[in-house]
Amino acid sequence: MTVADYAFYAFSFVTVAAGLMVTISRNPVHSVLWLILAFLSSAGLFVLLGAEFVAMLLIIVYVGAVAVLFLFVVMMLDVDFAELKGEMARKMPLALLIGVVILMELSLGVGAWVRADGAMGLRDAVAPAADQVENTRALGLLIYDKYVLLFQLSGLILLVAMIGAILLTMRHRKDIKRQNVLHQMWRDPAKAMELKDVKPGQGL
Amino acid sequence: MTGVDVQILLPEILLAVYAMAALMLGLYGSKDKMTGLLTWATAGLFVALALLIALRGSEGASAFGGMVVDDAFARFAKVVILISAAGVLFMSQDYMARRDLARFEFPVLVTLSVIGMMIMVSAGDLMALYMGLELQSLSLYVMAAMRRDSVKSTEAGLKYFVLGALSSGLLLYGASLVYGFAGTTLFAGIASTLTEGEASLGLLFGLVFLIAGMAFKVSAAPFHMWTPDVYEGAPTPVTAFFATAPKVAAMALIARVVHDAFGGVPGDWAQVLAALAVVSMFLGAVAAIGQKDIKRLMAYSSIAHMGYALVGLAAATPQGVQATLIYMAIYVTMNLGTFAFILSMERDGRPVTDIASLNQFAKAEPLKAMAMLILLFSLAGVPPMLGFFGKFYVLKAAVDAGMVWLAVAGAVASVVGAFYYLRIVYFMYFGAEQEPVESRMSPVQWLMLVGVAAVMLIGVVNLFGIEPIALQAAEALLG
Repeated sequence: MTVADYAFYAFSFVTVAAGLMVTISRNPVHSVLWLILAFLSSAGLFVLLGAEFVAMLLIIVYVGAVAVLFLFVVMMLDVDFAELKGEMARKMPLALLIGVVILMELSLGVGAWVRADGAMGLRDAVAPAADQVENTRALGLLIYDKYVLLFQLSGLILLVAMIGAILLTMRHRKDIKRQNVLHQMWRDPAKAMELKDVKPGQGL
Repeated sequence: MTGVDVQILLPEILLAVYAMAALMLGLYGSKDKMTGLLTWATAGLFVALALLIALRGSEGASAFGGMVVDDAFARFAKVVILISAAGVLFMSQDYMARRDLARFEFPVLVTLSVIGMMIMVSAGDLMALYMGLELQSLSLYVMAAMRRDSVKSTEAGLKYFVLGALSSGLLLYGASLVYGFAGTTLFAGIASTLTEGEASLGLLFGLVFLIAGMAFKVSAAPFHMWTPDVYEGAPTPVTAFFATAPKVAAMALIARVVHDAFGGVPGDWAQVLAALAVVSMFLGAVAAIGQKDIKRLMAYSSIAHMGYALVGLAAATPQGVQATLIYMAIYVTMNLGTFAFILSMERDGRPVTDIASLNQFAKAEPLKAMAMLILLFSLAGVPPMLGFFGKFYVLKAAVDAGMVWLAVAGAVASVVGAFYYLRIVYFMYFGAEQEPVESRMSPVQWLMLVGVAAVMLIGVVNLFGIEPIALQAAEALLG
């Protein structure tokens, strides 16, 4: 085994173990921290695949932004996780049964796995050859040229998500004070204030 | 991307640009006061685009490296989708304004989901399929929860979202198995690897997961759990929308996937579709009997109808696809008329959806009761109405394909299902004495109800010439 093989097994083990811990750790904040570990080790796997750009993206976007956001949300949520877990424990036998059945079926399917004759050729035909362009450029060529339609459609999906979030949560309340910047800037000291000459000992 | 690609996808691009422009107009204009204008403009645009698509050339073409296919089949489905979405928008405007639901985002969301549906029916690639499906579904989730201060509406949105996400997961898992087998996500590529006429076990798993994910979207049993709750909880115009355009899109999507990608192994998917069809027909017919809410009843009715449409697909012949297309067109028309009536039901200015409130309705409004009677008979599939011909075509396709047992099951289920449609008629004409429900209709709703009822009778002559068009579409898909 080469160093790369050892690295692959190490990263894979850490990814799977961390993924398991995300679901079974009792404290949700710990779950998020395990999730970050899973992201980091998957980034290692991507580097081993030669996809350094995706690896960096995973660290910058998922670890840097998404996981931190998760942490904030988890800390702000007022959810009784112990109660949720109790609910889960009652349904666990049925869930385990279904899980085991599906797992057995899938292992049957994967065990008898065959690939179509031309599958590898079709797979390689999509992306430019790896030794000719670096992977950032290859990714760009795929996303912004070959798959531009899918790229634009995902943009539309995100637009829908944004409209939905605003439509379902924003309320225009009339009984609160709002800041009006122009209104503030146009305030005239001469009109807004009245200067009085107060004589000593007399008051107004 | 070339000019030809853009030209083929022009209707979708136009709609996307319109949606964004409308959003800007609503935001920077006078917000919700523009809703009426935007609704009418959107519906008008849908009708114009439907005409444009219908009048386009008849030869098939594909764009973006085969990811989008524009053939007679896609055009047929797109025209039905656009017309039905326009119909829902036309008749929803009055209801939305009176119930204080007139948000300018509604027509925009409808437009965006229609774009998703149009991508779905012309998808030639698993990735394009998924993108279209998600665009459509995400808009629908938001619409279901649009009445935010109602617990039921919020519950409907959340339930739909969670179960929809689960079904998307199933679909994606199936897609990944199919990709693992074929090495490509293009339908044409998948079909080219299936030359031996027999699918391997792994591919079969992928196919079943794919069908399960799509069956959720047409709410075929046993993937129907969400339907009654979502139909009941969502605002009625949104329910009317759910029951029409998305069903056509998802049904066309199933037809497209099984024939374009898995056309080489018809035996493998036909039995899955036949099983879904039988379960849906019987569950829809039996479970609707105990319903007291007309929106829940329409949900079960739609499950049963999807079963019949799947019978046509299970036949795996051009006649079967033709029958399914005709069935979907008739189903959508009937539902538009029925929901025009449901939208108008109210008492003391509040909407009611209780079936018992229809007691003695025929005495108060004989014309509307008569129109509803025709529609309900048609939904049940009673012979002189158009609905009968829809059922006749799918059952005939099943018999011709040698699936006599499926046709017999369909006939039995339709007899069982007739009971609950006729029960509403019984309430309207011979129900217990009570103050009947009021039916306040805008002219558009009235026109829709009476017009559709007339269509159900007049259409018997030649089905408005839809038959050869549907056959042409079916042959474009299988050819």
